[in-house]
Amino acid sequence: MAENALTQTQREIEIEVLRYRPEQESEPVLQSYKVPFTDDMSVLQGLQYIKDYLDGTLSFRWSCRMAICGSCGMMIGGVPKMSCKTFLREYYPGKIRVEALAHFPIERDLVTDVRDFIGKLESIQPYIVPKEPRTLEQGEYLQTPAQLEQFLQFSGCINCMLCYAACPQYGLDSKFTGPGILALLHRYNADSRDGAKESRMELVHSEEGVWGCTAVGYCSEVCPKGVDPANAVNQNKTASAMDFFLRFVTPKGGAK
Amino acid sequence: MSARRTYMRPMDGWWRRDPFFVRYMAREATAVLVVLYALVLLVGVVRLGQGQAAYEGWLQALKSPASIALHLVLLAVFLYHTWSWFNIMPKTMPLILPNGKRLSPAVVTGTGLAAAAVVCLALVIAAMKVAS
Repeated sequence: MAENALTQTQREIEIEVLRYRPEQESEPVLQSYKVPFTDDMSVLQGLQYIKDYLDGTLSFRWSCRMAICGSCGMMIGGVPKMSCKTFLREYYPGKIRVEALAHFPIERDLVTDVRDFIGKLESIQPYIVPKEPRTLEQGEYLQTPAQLEQFLQFSGCINCMLCYAACPQYGLDSKFTGPGILALLHRYNADSRDGAKESRMELVHSEEGVWGCTAVGYCSEVCPKGVDPANAVNQNKTASAMDFFLRFVTPKGGAK
Repeated sequence: MSARRTYMRPMDGWWRRDPFFVRYMAREATAVLVVLYALVLLVGVVRLGQGQAAYEGWLQALKSPASIALHLVLLAVFLYHTWSWFNIMPKTMPLILPNGKRLSPAVVTGTGLAAAAVVCLALVIAAMKVAS
């Protein structure tokens, strides 16, 4: 039994990391590390072991360790995943390859440049713009359970950007607004309390909006929060097509 | 001056990177074969317009081994096309909320496939009635 416990602690897995140090490499190279691990260790903990004991120069982002901050997304075995909720044991006895999130420029090692995403996030008014101003005395804005259900799942987004790493259309042309931001945009548009739908729909209709999506659907598969961005995007294709045809018959010009 | 020098990875061969992308490309490629089958039917309509002899010739051509092989391939492609269509459907339609809860994707896909099967069966039965 003691022997069993020993082998348990002695297990070792090979982690291949795509390194990129701009001051010494012109393009990324793989570097391999042997990391001892236990069953309860996540890939993030494996990387932390490397940084603490094997190679202090390794760079990666992380914060909460419990799948809510959205910082530690990376390509693990070629699939976009949160490294804090992916376990080393799932890959043993094989090796794990860890790379920076696909489709984003690599800043250094596993750290990407996400300015494009942040810029898009800021551009969509990601907050409720009250449809009708209310005073405190008038009380809260009431919603039915059905109205809540219209946007609830889309509000689960933690901005981890796994869906962007899963979206080939974003990889091929980063002008496409992309799954996560379009889902968040829909979260506010679908909220019965919100009154800014009209201005947000300008982006939805545009070249960079929903029509950049070809329904690959991988964004919804990799989402760690069950947001289903593909559904948000494609619901808005219907809305956008309606607007295109209705602008000929409605005085306001469109189904906004 | 910033010392930043980011690296952008190339997208060459992106669809071979993940089995999910391969299935996606297969789904998109089935559309080409759907067009091919539409052309086969269109040729039939044109031949019908050219008179009985031309139409009989077209029917005869359909019975050649090459044509039968093509139709078997087309059948397989259409089955995949149908499955992939209803598989993505839960992601492309507005939320359906019976009892205030979202309908499960499996129900949407299953209903679609069942409807497709029923319609195909009805068409086959109707065609056999007309033929007999």
